[in-house]
Amino acid sequence: MTSIDHGAAPITAVRATFRTCRFSGLRIESSAEALIKANAVAAVLFLMLGGLMGLLVALTRWPAVQLLPADMFYLVLTGHGANVLLFWIIFFEIAVLYFASAVILGSRIAAPKMAWLAFVMMVAGAVLANYSVLQGDSSVMFTSYPPMMASQLFYLSLIIFAVGALLAVAIFFATLVVAKAERTYNGSVPLVTFGAITAGIIAVFTLASGAIILIPTWLWSIGLISGIDTLMYKLVWWGMGHSSQQINVSAHVAIWYAIAAVYLGAKPLSEKVSRMAFFLYILFLQLASAHHLLAEPGMSSTWKIVNTSYMMYLAVLGSLIHGLTVPGAIEAAQRRNGYTRGWFEWLTKAPWGNPAFSGMFMSLVMFGFIGGISGVVLGTEQLNVLMHNTIYVPGHFHGTVVAGTTLAFMAGTYMLVPIIFQRDILWPKLAKLQPYVFGIGAGGISLFMMGAGTLGVPRRSWDITLTDAAHAFEFPAAAYLMMGLNGISALFAATGGVMFILVVVGSILAGPKLDKAGAKLIFPLHDKGREAVTTYGSEVHPKLPGTIVLVTIFFTCFILYYFVNWKYLSELWLFN
Amino acid sequence: MAITPPSNRLWWKEPINGLELGWVIVAFLWGLFMFFFMIAWHFIGDQNLSNVTYRVSPDVYAEKVEAFADEFQMTDANGELMEEEGVPVVAPPEGGDVYLMARLWEFWPVLELKKDVPYRFHLSSADWQHGFSLQPTNINISVHPGYEHIFTLTPTEAGVFGIVCNEFCGIGHHTMSGRIRVVE
Repeated sequence: MTSIDHGAAPITAVRATFRTCRFSGLRIESSAEALIKANAVAAVLFLMLGGLMGLLVALTRWPAVQLLPADMFYLVLTGHGANVLLFWIIFFEIAVLYFASAVILGSRIAAPKMAWLAFVMMVAGAVLANYSVLQGDSSVMFTSYPPMMASQLFYLSLIIFAVGALLAVAIFFATLVVAKAERTYNGSVPLVTFGAITAGIIAVFTLASGAIILIPTWLWSIGLISGIDTLMYKLVWWGMGHSSQQINVSAHVAIWYAIAAVYLGAKPLSEKVSRMAFFLYILFLQLASAHHLLAEPGMSSTWKIVNTSYMMYLAVLGSLIHGLTVPGAIEAAQRRNGYTRGWFEWLTKAPWGNPAFSGMFMSLVMFGFIGGISGVVLGTEQLNVLMHNTIYVPGHFHGTVVAGTTLAFMAGTYMLVPIIFQRDILWPKLAKLQPYVFGIGAGGISLFMMGAGTLGVPRRSWDITLTDAAHAFEFPAAAYLMMGLNGISALFAATGGVMFILVVVGSILAGPKLDKAGAKLIFPLHDKGREAVTTYGSEVHPKLPGTIVLVTIFFTCFILYYFVNWKYLSELWLFN
Repeated sequence: MAITPPSNRLWWKEPINGLELGWVIVAFLWGLFMFFFMIAWHFIGDQNLSNVTYRVSPDVYAEKVEAFADEFQMTDANGELMEEEGVPVVAPPEGGDVYLMARLWEFWPVLELKKDVPYRFHLSSADWQHGFSLQPTNINISVHPGYEHIFTLTPTEAGVFGIVCNEFCGIGHHTMSGRIRVVE
């Protein structure tokens, strides 16, 4: 009897040191803080490297410039994909997961030593991957489709990175268990943490898919397996390649809610709906790898329709819901903050000078209008044949991953620097401009690549003049114009990227210290920010006329663009 | 004391905001429409990629394409075999089988087709993955080694069309091209 009582006693907390953030009121444990710092810094370093490679790619694809020779172009393009699509994004996501578990729930991080091991593995994998790409014998593109073979180190480095990231995700889940057991919060986890859990669950599926396909491919590269089926590879590889973009979606939507809560005191319109929208991602986003097999032999139409629609567009439904609830939550909060005049005072008087907010809102708009709509069109069974593997495809995913995720993560960084690094933003004027410069560039590259793709320009091609080809073919002049405008937009995005790195690195190293009494934030948090981000609860009877107008405009664009593409399709050669 | 409500209400029991509910219904119906429109296009549309694919070894496929080219290579007025840039120009019989091979770094052979005639296209790769991108019509289909993709194609316009490779296939990728001529 006594022993049972004894066992039921509250678990004595493992020794952990906490501080309370004087601005947000969040309880932050020291090892969680150190891990978030390390992962965020690594993320920014790989963004710097990958971004530079991206600029070189765009300048080479600008026909009037054509900066790099062909072999260097394909090498740099391979490195660009790996650095930004895997390393920058996933390091930052791990920082977000630790923040959404340990910091938001006020808990210690579970097993910090294991978390450091995960970090070391990820760094080792990322560095080795860059090393093997720079060696020049692994210019196989980020997708590395067999039977083209990279060096064995290339596959091995990606496996090490994936296993490290998987371990970090496990630490995130363990931290949730610790927080629950040590009762650092009451009731359900807040919405931002819920969104991060969604990202974590999808990450397990994603990283496991990566390991499942890369391990046999690695064995093939060292000669232990005779061959890899090309279709099977593509199907499983995209279980990592596309699903990892769904981690981004969940993570950046969670950041949208977090920034709206912290800076405006925004609460979701209804917790139930926003959580269901995240839940739809878990159930249906995994089908996305099928989007890459719409123009392939060997797959039935039924299989394509079910999978590419994410089973009747239920995952798209999740994003459409967030597309209303995020601006809706902002409008409701702003009206509570006193901006009640007309339809749009809440938006015009929003803190557009705060880079966290401006970055977040531009990310929301561009993810929806550019990345979202083009994604649905591109992922429609029959429409895919119009743009499969053209540069429309990179146009689409720069709309989602650059204009959407990267901009949201940059915005999130402006929030993390004061709270986690306890430094204020150095050069606030530069910081204020940064999201706009980067946003214009990111939006531009997405739209111009999509434009060039509809004119048939292939992706991953060094030379669209086909100068050295046996059979000449001339792309229309408009295609060259688009590729040039893409190059100019890339210069904007790169400038915005440099500004971001300057501000973030400068702030971390030399920003005004915030750990002394009386320190004030340049970009102040909302009074109720901590409450809004760490607890749950919905808005009561909000009026949202502005949001209704915005969503109506979005939906109209969506429908029009969808049918325009069916019109184009109907004018193609007949497949019967 | 007992009558004070719990500070944290249960989120799954809270009512849904009316506007949100309306949008969820509209968005769901739009999703359903898009889903059924793909199915409908199989009945009302003329651009549905075929489901017919056979496994084939790349060597066997290459032999089939060469036999096809030998049989139907065109001859000019002097009775000489026609070529373009050293590649045979092949005119398959109307409505017959057409073989096209993707390999490092060309689409082989050059084809001459008749407008508004349906052909039974065979498409596969002799080595790596390639991308069949017919320009300027912009029809894009992936090509895998080991899989013979068979689909019907009816040209609806006359002219000279380029084939560009749009799947990365190594250092010569940007030089990989082919040609289809369509005559009235």
